[in-house]
Amino acid sequence: MKIIVLMKQVANKDAVLRIAPDEKWINQADVAMQTNESDGYALEEALRLKEAKGEGEVIVCSLGPQTAKAVIKDALARGADRAIHVVVEDSITLSPYQIAKAIADAVRDENADLIFTGLQSDDASFGQTGVILAELLGIPHGTIVIEVDRESLGESLRIKRELESGWYQWFTYRLPALFSIQSGISQIRYASLKGIMAAKKKEIRDVAASVEPFAPGQTIQKVYLPLKTKQTQILGNGDAKAGAVELVEKLRSEVRVL
Amino acid sequence: MILVFIEHKNCVLNKTSLEAITAAQAIGADLGLKTSAVIACDKDCALAQEIAGYDLEKVIIAKNDKLGTYTPDGYADAWEQVIKAENPQYVVMSHTYQVRDFAPKVAARFGREVVGDCIRYRAEGGGLVLTRRIFLGKLDADFTVSGDSPYFITFQSGAFRGENAAKGSAPVETMDVTVGELRMTPEEPFQEAKASVDLTKSEIIVAVGRGIKAQENLAIAQQLADALGADLAASRPICDNEWLPIDRQIGSSGQTVAPKVYIALGISGAIQHIVGMKNSGSIVAINKDAEAPIFDIADYGIVGDLFEAVPVMIEEIHKAKA
Ligand SMILES: Cc1cc2nc3c(=O)[nH]c(=O)nc-3n(C[C@H](O)[C@H](O)[C@H](O)COP(=O)(O)OP(=O)(O)OC[C@H]3O[C@@H](n4cnc5c(N)ncnc54)[C@H](O)[C@@H]3O)c2cc1C
Ligand SMILES: Nc1ncnc2c1ncn2[C@@H]1O[C@H](COP(=O)(O)O)[C@@H](O)[C@H]1O
Repeated sequence: MKIIVLMKQVANKDAVLRIAPDEKWINQADVAMQTNESDGYALEEALRLKEAKGEGEVIVCSLGPQTAKAVIKDALARGADRAIHVVVEDSITLSPYQIAKAIADAVRDENADLIFTGLQSDDASFGQTGVILAELLGIPHGTIVIEVDRESLGESLRIKRELESGWYQWFTYRLPALFSIQSGISQIRYASLKGIMAAKKKEIRDVAASVEPFAPGQTIQKVYLPLKTKQTQILGNGDAKAGAVELVEKLRSEVRVL
Repeated sequence: MILVFIEHKNCVLNKTSLEAITAAQAIGADLGLKTSAVIACDKDCALAQEIAGYDLEKVIIAKNDKLGTYTPDGYADAWEQVIKAENPQYVVMSHTYQVRDFAPKVAARFGREVVGDCIRYRAEGGGLVLTRRIFLGKLDADFTVSGDSPYFITFQSGAFRGENAAKGSAPVETMDVTVGELRMTPEEPFQEAKASVDLTKSEIIVAVGRGIKAQENLAIAQQLADALGADLAASRPICDNEWLPIDRQIGSSGQTVAPKVYIALGISGAIQHIVGMKNSGSIVAINKDAEAPIFDIADYGIVGDLFEAVPVMIEEIHKAKA
């Protein structure tokens, strides 16, 4: 059984973001990078499924500049078997169809049984790269998966999807299939020292991206700080304790809940 | 023309589709395009007459036996045929979980993609400039589309008001569509457990997010809640960690509340959280990151450490009450 996991490198969640001079993205060189949160859960599900089955191969695939190797190496240290790196230095200008197309071309010949992706990327948040990829590969997909019924794995796989407002639904998918995995559904393993050592010997195959001749379907014209919809009274001027005193006074005199 | 997607379960409308109608009508007015609505169903959908009461060119029921229950394969096949028959320039939908699931698949069949989860648009030079939130809500980005139509656009829940959809009278048309083999078999949707706390009735809510750091720190949030006579709630990661039960979760996959006061402690303000609490009377945010999106909707904010602010609040409340 072969499982491909898509993993993207994105800006660290807590990083202070500065808009680039051309106002088309952030100054990415400034910020610490990390693995996209939900992609970590996608990898964890793949590893658990392989372990439950007792055989198989987990292949990570990332599209991005050479610096994205950090994401790949981390995934290999956690237990992925090998990696495909679709190298694109200027990947931030790509639109989801272009990304999906380049990844499809890079992984098609693997004929994987399963592809796991994260739910959405924490930077561009297109929320669709996996779905487009599934269509390009001619395989079915399911999104917002929060549980994989590992026991059910055979010609098909049963998964639980999250619907809105606390509703859920199980589906059985014929394989091969692609699923996007929701964050927070399991405890992600850390890389062990042994894993880090073993990763050094694992294969990382660089492939050139086939993004041409596709024009992006959407292009960023300008990035800016969100417009405030409300007039916020900032209390305490950066002093949390003073702010707390002022806040309780507001709760009494303006909001009138005390 | 513009096609707008009407979402339903067993012919009962998902109300966010009215927001999509409002959006499509507004775009239509700006670009001089007519709007038609599309409903996928296994019968002459009972919902069609209700939708026909809006100002639309027509209501199309894409009909096939396999469209009784939602599947991405079924909906993609139906939409592909409707688009080929109607040749729209724009396809407008609300960014629901169902739409996220099938819209990119439909778009991909036309070599297109979705401009997804937009919060607003403006018409410019005969086209649209669409605004999406990026970096978890920390920044806005204006996008333009390129290439050939159709252009697929989804709007965030709440970006338009459903009650503003213009009324009218539209003819209903049934289009028999063919649906190929479905590669997935759905079971019945279900709710995990009946909520044991009903936060929709709370007057005051103290909600904690990942900024609370550890389960044992929930105690100070609970003390604040007790002092205020409030109920405790949380963002999703707190419930994922099982620090609080799932029925305390606020947001798109949890409860939607509108208390008199909502106090967010260490919550960043991701859209999926905000949709569940933005209609609260007064919103208070305590967060050490001045750029956290929660401040965009807060009435009162403290930029600082919640572990410094909360104990002082508890003390001050006790003083005020004494
Ligand atoms: C399909 C889908 C459905 C979802 N459904 C929901 C849902 O129903 N409900 C929901 O809440 N989320 C939901 N999410 C998740 C959502 O996108 C966010 O990931 C989540 O809301 C973030 O939770 P948070 O704000 O607690 O954590 P974070 O985003 O990590 O924010 C933590 C905040 O705490 C602040 N902080 C840290 N330390 C301190 C301190 N000492 N003092 C003060 N502030 C501090 C930080 O500055 C930061 O802003 C969903 C996501 C998806 C994709
Ligand atoms: N450049 C990329 N490299 C690898 N995987 C990606 C890339 N972009 C998107 N993905 C995958 O697709 C998912 C959805 O991304 P998005 O469509 O940008 O929200 C992510 O969680 C990843 O699993």
